[in-house]
Amino acid sequence: MTTIYEQRPGLSRRELLKRGTIGAALIITGKAVISPDRAWGMEAAALKPETMATLIRLARDIYPHDSIPDRFYAIAVKGHDTRAADDAAHKELIEAGIADLDARAGDGGYRGLGWEDDRVTILRDIEATPFFQAVRGDLVVSFYNQKELWPHFGYEGESYSKGGYIARGFDDIEWL
Amino acid sequence: MAAPYDLNDDSVVVIIGSGAGGGTLGNELAQKGIDVVVLEAGGRIEYEEFINDEWDSFAQLAWLDHRTTGGGWRVSKDFPNLPAWIVKAVGGTTTHWAGASLRFQEHEFKALTTYGKVEGANLLDWPLTLAEMEPYYSKAEDKMGVTRTHGIEGLPGNNNFKILKAGADKLGYKECHTGRMAINSAERDDRMGCQQTGFCFQGCKWGAKWSTLYTEIPKGEATGKLEVRPNSHVIRIEHDAGGKVTNVVYADKDGNLQSQKARIVCVAGNSIESPRLLLNSASTMFPDGLANSSGQVGRNYMRHTTGSVYAVFEKPVHFYRGTTMAGIVQDEAKHDPSRGFVGGYELETLALGVPFMAAFLDPGGWGRSFTSAMDNYANMAGLWIVGEDMPQEQNAVKLHAELKDKYGMPIPDVWFTDHENDIAMRNHAYKQGQAIYEAVGATRSFPTPPYPSTHNLGTNRMSEKASDGVVNKWGQTHDIQNLFVSDGSQFTTGASENPTLTIVTLAIRQADYIAREMAAGTI
Repeated sequence: MTTIYEQRPGLSRRELLKRGTIGAALIITGKAVISPDRAWGMEAAALKPETMATLIRLARDIYPHDSIPDRFYAIAVKGHDTRAADDAAHKELIEAGIADLDARAGDGGYRGLGWEDDRVTILRDIEATPFFQAVRGDLVVSFYNQKELWPHFGYEGESYSKGGYIARGFDDIEWL
Repeated sequence: MAAPYDLNDDSVVVIIGSGAGGGTLGNELAQKGIDVVVLEAGGRIEYEEFINDEWDSFAQLAWLDHRTTGGGWRVSKDFPNLPAWIVKAVGGTTTHWAGASLRFQEHEFKALTTYGKVEGANLLDWPLTLAEMEPYYSKAEDKMGVTRTHGIEGLPGNNNFKILKAGADKLGYKECHTGRMAINSAERDDRMGCQQTGFCFQGCKWGAKWSTLYTEIPKGEATGKLEVRPNSHVIRIEHDAGGKVTNVVYADKDGNLQSQKARIVCVAGNSIESPRLLLNSASTMFPDGLANSSGQVGRNYMRHTTGSVYAVFEKPVHFYRGTTMAGIVQDEAKHDPSRGFVGGYELETLALGVPFMAAFLDPGGWGRSFTSAMDNYANMAGLWIVGEDMPQEQNAVKLHAELKDKYGMPIPDVWFTDHENDIAMRNHAYKQGQAIYEAVGATRSFPTPPYPSTHNLGTNRMSEKASDGVVNKWGQTHDIQNLFVSDGSQFTTGASENPTLTIVTLAIRQADYIAREMAAGTI
């Protein structure tokens, strides 16, 4: 099982650039969560930006794909912020759930835990909670239903407009 | 008389549901000159409008009215409000089905006699035999264009099938082929041949797969004797003081209640809605619901053992390409109790797209064990287990004690717990499925738990004696002469075969019976 050791907040900019962007610390500025390479950013409208950043980290820990960039996880959890704007109960569920994660992690909070193993241990403890179930249950669709992600998995998506696979390799297996 | 029919026309046959049972029955009766109104709860979505996208298609076609579940089945834990993946649209579940069209075997009509009494199971012999069904099976296969019958060529094998075949050969299985499929291998019946598109479950945008939506229904409509009313959700069947059904109350597209009079009513809403409707039609005269003197309405709910095996190989497969279910191993469908269970199972190819694989491979699963499986998606092959599950009285579609739908009617509460025989059979099938794939070099395989049920059976079952079931050998209810059941809820037992061909067959046969009885004036 591969683990990514992430930097802790407060490292120098040089350190930040050296480490690259996959799994690296997200930057919080005002109400925004920004990727370290500035490639994307996201406004948090209803939830705290720190909450959004932790949600993104949590999403990757629930469904870790090492070569899939953070922005897909960010898109996947954006819906919680949208929902929290109109639904006070949902906002409370997420904020309280994240606060609980941070409390369990101790100093530095959930995002401050460098080893994935340590974070996953916490997640196993809260697996049966409504918070975890709400996040995971939503994520299985909001993450994997992103069309831009499908090529990563080798899935070709919609087929009818291309005439089906009758001339595109439906039976092209050669290694049997 | 010609379509469209007046609400006060009490000479019409009213059919509730437009799927394999209702759609076929409607056309068959119309061809005989009988006036038919089909009331379909869903909308009319033509095949050009189908969507090659799993979640979007699901939102378009699936029956999503609120349902609850109970019992020991894992579906209740993982998908508590989705006991079944079936369709709410004209064409019913024939829009979404995969096309597998297998006849029952002779012994499967005699499940109780063949298997003997099984503790905890409510086994019963069907009140009809394979010999009686055979001429109708042949008509159904011709109607549906089933490959490997009537001179129709089998479909070509896709990558997923080739792996299944290679593994089956290595294990010594002798009955592995690309299936008996109601999907055109070449143009037939004014419909084109399969283009290996891989979105069978999302509705065939080419019309190559048989569905009542674009076969039976337009053919029936062309006679002028069939009227299909979509967006018409039947909530109650009413009867007179003599106990004959007289009319059907339904909510129209605007939500207003309408009442259509009927000479005969045929219920074909699939195995959750059909018993629910009979139970919701309870009255002073029939306090336990219509046609329920036996107490069996809603009971004996079966869904086949289901379960899947997905396997990962070192090199790409792209198993989602091509006809999803055109591949089968039939060797284990026999009755051979030396395996540790009664009844048998079929193994059929299956593929899901990334979105549904994520949702169903390991429901609730997360973390690296799960994602490392998903990362190998392109190298996956997969199969589905269709095994005969035991009818149990406790497995039932009940009316929810508190929750009601928007029309004020109690919603269905679907209870299911595996029988020991089901578990033993499924475990055997998992082992065999994994063995097939290991024989071809699979590096990892996953025994996937049962999905929300796509085969829903038995909840208004056929029986010889009125005390044992709901309908007779014609699908006519024991209690009410002019009330019929025309869908898979009639099944006395589930056998090991996909149900649609048998549902269509029973509908053709039932049409003959209804026409005879109407001509004789008995109903």
